[in-house]
Amino acid sequence: MTAAPKKTVLIVLRHSPYGSGLAKAALDTALATAAFDQAVDLLFIGDGVLQLQPDQDSTSLGMKNMGRQLASLPLYDIDHVYVDAQAAARYNMDLSKAPLLTRQLNGHEIHQLMVGYDHLLGF
Amino acid sequence: MIYSLLVLSSPFSGHCSRSAAEFAHGVIARGHTIHRIFFLDAGTLASAASSVFAQDEDTSLKGWSELADQHGVDLAICITSALKHGMLDQVEADRHGRPCATINPLFTVSGLGQLVDACASSDRLITFGG
Repeated sequence: MTAAPKKTVLIVLRHSPYGSGLAKAALDTALATAAFDQAVDLLFIGDGVLQLQPDQDSTSLGMKNMGRQLASLPLYDIDHVYVDAQAAARYNMDLSKAPLLTRQLNGHEIHQLMVGYDHLLGF
Repeated sequence: MIYSLLVLSSPFSGHCSRSAAEFAHGVIARGHTIHRIFFLDAGTLASAASSVFAQDEDTSLKGWSELADQHGVDLAICITSALKHGMLDQVEADRHGRPCATINPLFTVSGLGQLVDACASSDRLITFGG
């Protein structure tokens, strides 16, 4: 990897955890970005909030447990995790039991957050 | 301005992969630079060498081959996604005991570090698909 200036990256997760490969792709990208010492934060919006469901069990799907993988993100210094409050309310999510400590944002706050990054990666 | 693109969806479903190639052509036509196009998840299927299309349809490789051949654009596919989707270069085919390579040699099998580098090295990173 070339010595390029640091850029700030917000990964926006928009899809449910097991409906496609996108949630896993987003997680892998977040881990790789952190591994290369770049600043990366996460924002769960729309159906993406379902990735934060507590006590996920993906055994019968034959897929890795996304919740457990999300729980490991703080070990990689990914500490700023934001959630679309409206979507979380629509799905009646209990975020106090989510695999990650999150901060809920309304639509206006999401807009304010997004303009603060060099890059948005939407998954 | 330096651009990189992230392509997430399959060229066989929807128009996002094709839109990405057309956008890249537009970027170059406007005098900007494409640093890299990174293919992840189902996006890696854009590299498929053996797809057969009806005679009156464009092949999915068309837009990409012009970018690589005429403009030297770096087309990088994520190795983890590529292996899952059966997209192997000769090295990976040999390593995993598969009978032959399945990707077009215009594409390079690489790691997510190349996406991170694209973020760090580009003024704009545009996601297609997902």
